Amino acid sequence: MCLGVPGKIVSIKEDIAEVDFGGVRREVSLLICPGVMEGDYVLVHVGFAIQRLEKEDALETLRLFEEIERSYGESTEEDR
Amino acid sequence: MNQLKKIDETKDVSVILKNIARLADGHFRFMEVCGTHTVSISRSGIRSVLPKEIELISGPGCPVCVTPVGEIDRAVSLARLHNVTLVTFGDLMRVPGTFSSLNQERAMGRDVRIITSPLDSLQIAMEEPQKKVIFFAVGFETTAGAIAAAVKEAKRRGIKNLYILSSQRLIPPAIRALLSSNNVTIDGFILPGHVSVIIGKTPYTFIAHEFSLMGVITGFEAGDILEGIYMLMRQKAEGRSEIENQYTRVVKDEGNRMALEVMEEIFEPFNAHWRGIGVIPESGLMLRKELREMDAAFLFDIPYEEKPDPPDCLCGEILQGIKKPPDCPLFNKRCTPEDPVGPCMVSSEGSCAAFQKYEVFE
Amino acid sequence: MKERKILLAHGAGGKLSHDLINELFLPFLDNKILTFLDDSAVIPTQGSHLAFTTDSYVVKPLFFPGGDIGRLSICGTVNDLAMVGSKPLGISTSFIVEEGFSTEELERVLSSIKKAASEAGVNVVAGDTKVVEHGAAEGLFITTSGVGVVPDGVNIGGSHAMPGDTIIINGSIGDHEIGVLLARGEFSLKGEIQSDCAPLNGLVQKMIDACREIHVLRDPTRGGLATVLWEIANSSKVGVIVEEEKILVRDEVQGACDLLGFDPFYLANEGKLVAFIPQEKTESVLKAMKADPLGEESVIIGKVTDENPGKVLLRTKIGGHRLLEPLSGEQFPRIC
Repeated sequence: MCLGVPGKIVSIKEDIAEVDFGGVRREVSLLICPGVMEGDYVLVHVGFAIQRLEKEDALETLRLFEEIERSYGESTEEDR
Repeated sequence: MNQLKKIDETKDVSVILKNIARLADGHFRFMEVCGTHTVSISRSGIRSVLPKEIELISGPGCPVCVTPVGEIDRAVSLARLHNVTLVTFGDLMRVPGTFSSLNQERAMGRDVRIITSPLDSLQIAMEEPQKKVIFFAVGFETTAGAIAAAVKEAKRRGIKNLYILSSQRLIPPAIRALLSSNNVTIDGFILPGHVSVIIGKTPYTFIAHEFSLMGVITGFEAGDILEGIYMLMRQKAEGRSEIENQYTRVVKDEGNRMALEVMEEIFEPFNAHWRGIGVIPESGLMLRKELREMDAAFLFDIPYEEKPDPPDCLCGEILQGIKKPPDCPLFNKRCTPEDPVGPCMVSSEGSCAAFQKYEVFE
Repeated sequence: MKERKILLAHGAGGKLSHDLINELFLPFLDNKILTFLDDSAVIPTQGSHLAFTTDSYVVKPLFFPGGDIGRLSICGTVNDLAMVGSKPLGISTSFIVEEGFSTEELERVLSSIKKAASEAGVNVVAGDTKVVEHGAAEGLFITTSGVGVVPDGVNIGGSHAMPGDTIIINGSIGDHEIGVLLARGEFSLKGEIQSDCAPLNGLVQKMIDACREIHVLRDPTRGGLATVLWEIANSSKVGVIVEEEKILVRDEVQGACDLLGFDPFYLANEGKLVAFIPQEKTESVLKAMKADPLGEESVIIGKVTDENPGKVLLRTKIGGHRLLEPLSGEQFPRIC
């Protein structure tokens, strides 16, 4: 029930940001997502930014992934 | 956008699948409670690659599906009033009420418009001060934050001709009602990623503490969902019942405090009726008394009447995850997306609509 | 058909459009030529076969990146003729103009028609003009008809797909519909995508030269790629499998779709064709296509099987599969 699309803030004027989504742009309200800057990525739902996307957190998911790969490697070794 | 390559492109899902298969001893039932998950699961063909031991079932996560017919009828009646502009999200346009749908009303010449942001309703109200603009608002917590902020902004701008017809509902109370009914056997929940962006992790902890079940807050791409399933399987293998977060790139434990504050300021919970399920305590959002002058449910003289679904319709049990779409005698025969009988077929992300559209079946 | 009033959805090219044709129109008009419901009618006459087609253009806005109503009207009809393998002989254009329409804009449209016709190597040989009251035509509507000749030995039709056939498309999907949507400034979106509006008869000629026995050609206009594949699977009573990985969607089109909740598979294209080719001719047809400017991005997207006749299966990016259904009504923007 929640189409949320990540986009990059191109410019900000008061509480409205112009956000880029792969080349298509939309005005996005920052009323419930203060403290963002040009160049930040935000998750957008119904024309509102609902969360700033942290690059570090994006990396966190990839870290979990590496852990899964490692544990798979270990268990296949055990199976031998 | 190079930095945000979709997760599927950066991950090799076969590794996750192998790990899921490795942990799949015994039968597992995981429920998702988010229409966007229902559609993502079907669209990505996940069921066709998961081991047969893992069953994915849909709960009451489609806000359109659980909107009672009476609320559609009320919106239709309001659209027919003189000088009213009824605005809503596209999701609600095709839902059949007892005698019409908003799409049909538009075809008949009523002023019904699709908006893609709650702020559009403010814009329309300001541009057309002679009209009464009624925003028929549906959604869960993800949308409620935005709607609350828009209402607050409308007050700030002194807009006098905007009204809200709130059909918003809350997910954790629905999960509690489901688990308290003892009708469903579930091993764990795939928790809605974007609702969680707003509410964070804490509202789900009762699932683990009171019911000893697991939950993983999960994103929406196939890679996210597979990872969420893996995390559930891992909990099971390690004998844990916890709420975990797979969708860390977006969901913070504390949620979006700004959104929660403005929701608290503008709305209050009440005992809402969910189509197919019944009344769930504290599960709906209505405008606070101080904002009564914007509340379309109170201001316009439209009677509210509820009609039950036909007896053959199994939507109630499907919404609770007790039955599956093909179990319903009406499924894809009498009840189709073009001519739906019950709520699960009405919305493109209802269980039955998603099943009919995407799953290969005989 | 239970609706008593026509809805916009009836014109969207999906299931409701099919219902309208099958349940309202055919009972009055059906005959052994119309019944095929291909892009053009093929009429046998005096030892050869004529192709004949007609179309109306009601696009808003009239001018958009990559084209306008004039270009669309010529390309649309030329393409319908090309989809049955015919060389276009002549086009007619009928204009319904709203009183008050600017002559300068009409000149722009006519100039565009002239250019598109020249690209296609065809002449406008007949026409008509009507003027209606202000408000009755939203500026300008154009109806075109086209006549062509189908060469001997060419027998292309929606019911001719065979198990084993390769399915090829000449490029990305969704460009036209999103291009026009952005040009309308709808739903608060900004951006510019070029419509892919182009005459495909040159490309089709090269394909026929490489393979006279092409089975099916169809241009995925309203209703999109999914609807067209479903129509062919049902006309030919075969199964179709398509690889999600192979389908090209431009970043901006995907961005707009993500924001609106649209599915690119159901979006209209005006410069694309889907071809069903006998398997042994795949390489030569693909090579011929890539040699044409409108075929540079051609790609094999799937194949025909004898399993699950009438159904289109999509092999997903994660190696799973799911059904690809035709468009039901019209796509509305969703928030969920």
